[in-house]
Amino acid sequence: MRNLLLAGVCAAALMGNPAFADDIKQGGEMTVTYKDDVSTLDPAIGYDWQNWSMIKSLFDGLMDYVPGTTELRPDLAEAYEISGDGKIFTFKLRQGVKFHNGRELTAEDVKYSIERVVNPTTQSPGAGFFSSIKGFEDVSAGKGGDLSGIAVQDPHTIRFELSRPDATFLHVMALNFAHVVPKEEVEKHGADFGKNPVGSGAFKLAEWTLGQRLVFERFADYWNEGLPKLDRITFEVGQEPVVALLRLQNGEIDVPGDGIPPAKFVEVTKDPNFKELIIQGGQLHTGYVTMNVKMAPFDKVEVRKAVNMAINKDRILRIINGRAVAANQPLPPSMPGYAKDYKGYAYDPEGAKKLLEQAGLGDGFSTELYVMNTDPQPRIAQAIQQDLKAIGITASIKSLAQANVIAAGGEENQAPMVWSGGMAWIADFPDPSNFYGPILGCGGAVPGGWNWSWYCNEELDKKAAEADAIVDPAKAAEREAMWRDIYVKIMEDAPWAPIFNEERFTIRSERIGGDDKLFVDPVHIPVHYDQVYAKDVQ
Amino acid sequence: MMAYIARRLLQTVVILLGISFVTFILLYLIPADPARQIAGRSATAQTVENIREQLGLNLPFYEQYMRYVGGLVQGDFGRSYLQKTEVSTLIASRLPASLLLMAGAITCELIFGLTMGIVAALRRGSRTDDTLMIASFVGVSAPQFVVGILLLYVFAVKLGWFPIGGYGTFAHLVLPSLTLGFLGAGWYSRMMRSSLIEVMRQDFIRTARATGNGRAKVLFRHAMPNAILPVIAMIGIDIGLFMSGIVVVESVFGWPGIGQLAWQAIQRVDIPIIMGVTLVSAFAIVLGNLLADLITPLIDPRIKLR
Repeated sequence: MRNLLLAGVCAAALMGNPAFADDIKQGGEMTVTYKDDVSTLDPAIGYDWQNWSMIKSLFDGLMDYVPGTTELRPDLAEAYEISGDGKIFTFKLRQGVKFHNGRELTAEDVKYSIERVVNPTTQSPGAGFFSSIKGFEDVSAGKGGDLSGIAVQDPHTIRFELSRPDATFLHVMALNFAHVVPKEEVEKHGADFGKNPVGSGAFKLAEWTLGQRLVFERFADYWNEGLPKLDRITFEVGQEPVVALLRLQNGEIDVPGDGIPPAKFVEVTKDPNFKELIIQGGQLHTGYVTMNVKMAPFDKVEVRKAVNMAINKDRILRIINGRAVAANQPLPPSMPGYAKDYKGYAYDPEGAKKLLEQAGLGDGFSTELYVMNTDPQPRIAQAIQQDLKAIGITASIKSLAQANVIAAGGEENQAPMVWSGGMAWIADFPDPSNFYGPILGCGGAVPGGWNWSWYCNEELDKKAAEADAIVDPAKAAEREAMWRDIYVKIMEDAPWAPIFNEERFTIRSERIGGDDKLFVDPVHIPVHYDQVYAKDVQ
Repeated sequence: MMAYIARRLLQTVVILLGISFVTFILLYLIPADPARQIAGRSATAQTVENIREQLGLNLPFYEQYMRYVGGLVQGDFGRSYLQKTEVSTLIASRLPASLLLMAGAITCELIFGLTMGIVAALRRGSRTDDTLMIASFVGVSAPQFVVGILLLYVFAVKLGWFPIGGYGTFAHLVLPSLTLGFLGAGWYSRMMRSSLIEVMRQDFIRTARATGNGRAKVLFRHAMPNAILPVIAMIGIDIGLFMSGIVVVESVFGWPGIGQLAWQAIQRVDIPIIMGVTLVSAFAIVLGNLLADLITPLIDPRIKLR
C-alpha cells in the first residue's frame, strides 16, 4: 500500500474558512512585547514558548499544521509517501523555495539540518525526537558521520528510513528542530547563528538590538504567495506585562506576548474596553497530582482512586480565577484522542472515605505533597491538602524551587505526591503519544525521569507501541481510538489525579485582525505571526 | 598619590577575586542543574551528559572555578547558557544604558537632594523644614517598584507627558531617573541639612558674616564647600545602591541596562550572566568608593591620602 497526498488539494479543501481567505491584503505592521529577551532563534536550540513561534515564522519545515488547528499538512514538502510497513517516508520538496540569502533550498539542506540537531556538539534539546531514524544511536553518541537513514535521492526528494514504524514521524517533521537551515550561514556564524538566523520562512530578521527590539520584515521571495499578511513585526523586549497592558490601552502596541498578568486578570477580563479584545482558547496542557505507586499506601489502587474523588476541582478553579477547565483524564480536550464521554472520578468525599476503609486505611494516614514554591502553586496545594484532610489523609506540603521538585519526582522513593503546577507537561506536538512515554510510560519511570508516579504498565506500553506503529494516515481514527483506550485504562489504575487544563487568554489591539483561532493557535504560541493581518490596510 | 591609587587598584583585584569566589560557590550550590536546563525536558540522559561534559560541569568545583578565573583574566566572561551569546557582548551592549540612567539619577538626586537640604537647613525648625524632611523620609522608604509604577501611571498613562517605558530619547530618561533618584534625594537632603547646620555653627562662618559678607556669599563660598563633603563621599558609596536600584527600575521601565539583564538571568538561573553582572557591579562599587576618596582631598585640603 502506498499513500500519495497532494498538498495543494488538501490545503485548498481546508482553506474554506473565510478567516484564511486570500482576499486579505498584505501590508501594515504590528508590535509585540515580551518581558524577557529572546534567547535564540536557532531552530535547533530554541525550545521555549516565546521563541517557538518566532522561529516558525523565520524557518520552514517539511510539515506544518493548518493554522489554528492541530491538523497536519505538508509545508516545504509538496507531497509525501509512506511505505506499507511505516518505516520509509519519502518527501517530495517544493520547487523554487529560497532561503533569505537567495539560495535555493534543496533536499541536502533538509538532511544537513536534521543531522546537525542530532550531532551532540550542537547541544540541541530536540535530538531525542529523531531517535526513530536509522543511524541515530551512532550519530548521537558522537561517533560522527551521517545518519544512515537519510538519503537524498535528487535535489527535491528525500527519503527517511526508520528503525521502527513511527506514526508520530510527520509531527516530528513539523517540529522546529526539523526546520531547514542553510549550511553556509550556520558555518559562517558558528555559535552565533541563533542571533543571525537565516531561514526560508515568511519573515526574515531585519534588526536585533540586544535587550531592546527585534524586527521581522516580510520575505519578498517567500514561496507561499500571499503570506505573510504583515510587512513588519516589531518585538519589543524587556517590557513588564503590567506596563505592556498600559501601552496596549494607549494604542502603542498590539499584542502583549506574555498575556494578561495574573494580578490583573480579574480587572482586565471585567473591563468593557478589553472585552472584545480578549480571546480564550485551550492549551495542550494538563495539571495533575502524581501518586507514587511504589510508595505505600499509594501502591493500593483504592487509595489512588480515593484521592481522585476527594479533590474539589471547582474550588481550585476559583483559586486561579477560572483560567482553566476541570480535567478528568491525562489528555487535554483539544488533543486528538481525548475521551469526550469519559466521566472520570466525580467529587465524592464520602465515597472516597469508603474506598479508604476498603483499603484498610479507615483511620487515614500521613503523607507529603511536593509543590513548586511560586504563586499560585502553594495555594492550590493547600486546597488539595484541605480536601485530603476531609477524608482523613494528612498531607504536609513540601514547597520547593522548581528544580528541587523535579529532582524529587525523579527519585524512586522520595515524593509520595507531587502537584505538577508550574512544571506540567505541555505537549511538543498535538499527538496523544506525546503525553504518554516520558510521563506515564515505563521509559519515564527511571531516576531523573518525568514519570513521577513511577507507574509502569507493561501491557499498556505494548499497546502504545502498537498504536504508534500504525502509520497509515487512513487508519488514523483507529490509532486515535487505541490511544483513547490506553488513557482510560490508565485512569482505572489512577496513578494521577488530573486537576485542570489551563486555558490561554490572549489580548490584542483592535487594529489587528484574523480568526480568533490564530491568536490561540495550539502550535504557534502566542500568535500565528504569518497569518494575522492589519485592519488599517484593508 | 599615584602609589595610593596603585595600592587601591591592587586591593580592588583582591576584592573582585573574593567576590567571584563567593558568588561562584553560591551559584554552584543552587540545586538547579544547568545541563538539564539547557537540554530541556524531552532530552535523553545522553544529551544531558554530553552538554555537561562540553560545559565542563562534570569537573570538580575547584577546577570549574579555576577555568572561570582563567577566562576572566583574558577578559572572557563565558557564554550565557540560555541566550547563547558571549556574556561580555551582552554586558557591553547594555552598559551604556545603565550608565546613562545612573547619570540621570545622580543629576536628579543632586538637584532635589541638595535644594531640599539647603532650604531645610536655612529654615530649620519651620514648617517648611518639617514638610521637606517628611518628604525625604517618604523618598527613602518608598519601594522603587511602587514609585516607578505610580509615576508611569500618572505622568505617562494619565497625563501622557512621557512615553510608557522604553528607551531612546530624553523623554524616556526622565521617569526612570526620577524613580531611581528619589531614594538618593531623600538621603542627600537629610545629609545636606545636618551637615549644613553643623557647618553654619562653626566659628569661621561667624567670622565671614562679621566681616560683612552677604548671606549668599557666606552660604556658597564658605559654608557649602565644607557642608557638601559628606555628600560627595556618599555619591561614591551610592553606586552600590544604584546597582541594586537599577535591577528594579530597569525592569519596571523596560530600560535595556544590565539591571534588567541581571533580573532576567536570575529568574532563569543563567549562571554565567549572573556571575558577569555581579563582577561588573562589584567593580563599579569599588571604583565609586575609590573616586570618592580621591575627590575628597581636592575639596578639603585638610584631608590627605596615605
